Amino acid sequence: MNMLSNTETGFADLLKNGQTLSQFRAGIIERTNATGCYNGLETLELRERDPIGYEKLFSKLRGGLVHARETAKKIAASPIVEQEGELCFTLYNAVGDCVLTSTGIIIHVGTMGAAIKYMIENNWEANPGIAPGDMFTNNDCAIGNVHPCDIATIVPIFHDGRLIGWVGGVTHVIDTGAVTPGSMSTGQTSRFGDGYMITCRKTGVNDTPLRDWLHESQRSVRTPKYWILDEKTRIAGCHMIRELVEEVIAADGIEAYEKFAYEVIEEGRRGLMMRIKDMTIPGVYRKVAFVDVPYKHEDIGVSSAFAKLDSIMHSPCKMTIKENGKWRLDFEGASRWGWHTFNAHQVAFTSGIWVMMCQTLVPTQRINDGAYYATEFHLPKGSWCNPDDRRTGHAYAWHFLVSGWSALWRGLSQAYFSRGYLEEVNAGNANTSNWLQGGGINQDGEIHAVNSFEASSCGTGACAVKDGLNHAAAIWNPEGDMGDIEIWEMAEPLLYLGRNVKANSGGYGKYRGGCGFETLRMVWNSQDWTMFFMGNGYMNSDWGLMGGYPSATGYRFEAHKTGLERRIANGEAIPLGADLDPAKKIYEQSIDATSVVKRDKQCMTTEDCYDNHDLYLNYLRGGPGFGDPLDRDVASIAKDLNEKFLLPEFAAKVYGAVVSQDAKGAYTVDAAKTAARRAEFRKERIARSVPTREWMKEERARIINKHASTPVQHMFATSFALSEKFKNEFKTFWDLPADWDVLETELGVPSYGSKFRMDLSLMPDVRTIVQVEE
Amino acid sequence: MTTYNKEQVAHLAAGTLDWETTFRMLSMPKDKARFSMYVEALQKTVTFPDRIVLPLGPHLYIVQSAKNKQWIVKCDCGHEFCGYKENWKMFANIYVRDTEEAMAEVYPTLMAPDTKWQVYREYYCPSCGTMHDVEAPTPWYPVIHDFEPDIETFYKEWVGLPVPERAA
Repeated sequence: MNMLSNTETGFADLLKNGQTLSQFRAGIIERTNATGCYNGLETLELRERDPIGYEKLFSKLRGGLVHARETAKKIAASPIVEQEGELCFTLYNAVGDCVLTSTGIIIHVGTMGAAIKYMIENNWEANPGIAPGDMFTNNDCAIGNVHPCDIATIVPIFHDGRLIGWVGGVTHVIDTGAVTPGSMSTGQTSRFGDGYMITCRKTGVNDTPLRDWLHESQRSVRTPKYWILDEKTRIAGCHMIRELVEEVIAADGIEAYEKFAYEVIEEGRRGLMMRIKDMTIPGVYRKVAFVDVPYKHEDIGVSSAFAKLDSIMHSPCKMTIKENGKWRLDFEGASRWGWHTFNAHQVAFTSGIWVMMCQTLVPTQRINDGAYYATEFHLPKGSWCNPDDRRTGHAYAWHFLVSGWSALWRGLSQAYFSRGYLEEVNAGNANTSNWLQGGGINQDGEIHAVNSFEASSCGTGACAVKDGLNHAAAIWNPEGDMGDIEIWEMAEPLLYLGRNVKANSGGYGKYRGGCGFETLRMVWNSQDWTMFFMGNGYMNSDWGLMGGYPSATGYRFEAHKTGLERRIANGEAIPLGADLDPAKKIYEQSIDATSVVKRDKQCMTTEDCYDNHDLYLNYLRGGPGFGDPLDRDVASIAKDLNEKFLLPEFAAKVYGAVVSQDAKGAYTVDAAKTAARRAEFRKERIARSVPTREWMKEERARIINKHASTPVQHMFATSFALSEKFKNEFKTFWDLPADWDVLETELGVPSYGSKFRMDLSLMPDVRTIVQVEE
Repeated sequence: MTTYNKEQVAHLAAGTLDWETTFRMLSMPKDKARFSMYVEALQKTVTFPDRIVLPLGPHLYIVQSAKNKQWIVKCDCGHEFCGYKENWKMFANIYVRDTEEAMAEVYPTLMAPDTKWQVYREYYCPSCGTMHDVEAPTPWYPVIHDFEPDIETFYKEWVGLPVPERAA
């Protein structure tokens, strides 16, 4: 009988079980849904039968993943990878569910898994084919990547000709060939300016990168030297891990390995639910976060008129912790995606939270997709965290991811506080900005791009028993480090004129948020240099907790035509050190009076020209505070004053401290006078305040009269348009008339995207992966 | 699992626990007895006769009223806000920093939000002036009901303690 061969039918039988990868994956999802346990694993047979062997498998694989990361890291030249550790390696089972991951930016547990699932569901096994020795590269933000600069190399793992898993490695590259330089640029308004985009492309065979890929990719970015070394870093790590898996199978057998590769995910699911029950309190928690998108300003030079508006991103979070320890994260009411680069794919959100949770709820080595299976996500389709249009830009998705997640910190910290685990309380995380980026011809005469990862060290939120850490961490990188000045000066044509703790940047409280820091950079020995600012200025994304204040917002300082070349030659005064009190404009006193200075709250700009000897202040934010500032002990206030972490004016205004200074300038705080002043302070609070319900009458009138700025109204309009439920709750709360509404069309701003949108899933021959409730 | 004594937990609540023990609490699996010891320590610091059911903040509690066994939200000065299912903020005093001048009282020049985009709402106890919370929303944002704990499940199912009596 004539029968078509597997090759002719396009069926690769990679699993040697007669199933396609998609069919095999569907079976796992079905068994998971039917039982509530991953892959129907109601018992962990291997773990129960041979717990020591199970743990040995875990240790070998996890240790190997971490070892591969540490070794491969040394290949990279980019300080983003080599200094800041912006890389991660992850092991997957055959369907792309994460088994284990290395240390590092573990947000990619899910992002690379989403790429594997995309290949599975779009029949990559038939075309372009999946074979031993293949390499695939992905950075496509429409199928799960966070932003285009996270380049993933994905290598299939075979045993006896059968696909048994995958390994993925990701590095954050320094430039992606976007409209403007730097890995997370702001100048573009859509995917089509986000830079070089690669969709799970086969880029290597027989363990060798293809030459067309090497040629095309290097000339598609501004920094080919860094690019190729990052490529080698990822390939080396992936191949080390593939060999590790082969060694483990040789030692322990394929059956044990494959059992482990599924059981460990179910163990991860149970582990998260157990941790939730061990550390939190069941119930409903509501928090919200915002960030400003001030694109109307003249220093935002985008190519699209419809992107020129001021708007606000909105992330309301309803966190429900259920009786069984499962939790639901519901973002109903989130605002719509926008014409900027701050949109996030659903997987960037769902996978991303584990980079934060490994620092609090899951501080273990057992990070895998089990946590995803213990969590219900509701991310409304069309919102900034689940766009419904294939044109969206994602280069700086972190702008709001870190802000949106601050709500989770506060919700969990409420639980920790109420339960007595005060040591775990964290008022939030700093908005990790400013990001200094730019490019041009560097000090070596080469086309270059920079993205200063000093933002890896912002202030942390205050705890319920101590202050936050100063200039210490970034929520998206559990190994945050500000990097060495000497390394940055080699990587960037920018000399340091100062690196100091930023006074008043930490939110006030009984325990204050950690302070951020500021670095003053002078452009040096470059040609045709550009830079831009990327941060928050008009709004704060980090609230305080339980009476603590939010951290300070940002501002920008840049100076051109400074006269510094002449001043340095003549030995005259130049700006050095901190911008201690922005009101005093101290830098302006040591540059020419004719300098062109921008000192304002526009912390979001696009590529602008900088000459040598121009100045740029990079101010990294602080963390939010905890508890009433009037409860702060006087010794801590004096210490902050003497270390220049706090301006004296605010010791009195915020902390109610009565301060004196001795002849040498040292500050002391009088405890008795402070106690008396604080008693007065509390009376003043009562005198200046009104009952909440009284104030609500005034606010309601303002709402009815549409008295609010355009960005505020625009935010509500986009949230209302996506969620009737959110709108109804809003109207019920304020007791508004039935016909009250806010529409984008009445605001007099561009509303492209408000009505007509086209999702990627509508493209022919594309099957998108949906991993959340939409 | 690690265990701690009442004195250590009392020091933790007071913010005076040594760092070595605090660090052990951070790095080791959690001690199940913490909640009962924590509430016991807090109970000794308050001057009201009501039983603490659940701490909400440094000066804010859900308590079982000594008068009628109702569960209410109470400040440690003795001020009673509302029933435990209601949003205590609706019964507090509020001061809204919605002008540049008001923001300048708490932040240096250029380091506060622009009040056209964001305001700070400070919620005070009407009796003692303690600041229990600072919200940082846009104008128009509803007052947020932060936390609705499932206290019965927590006591009964999660920590294995008898649920304090509650009058309707």
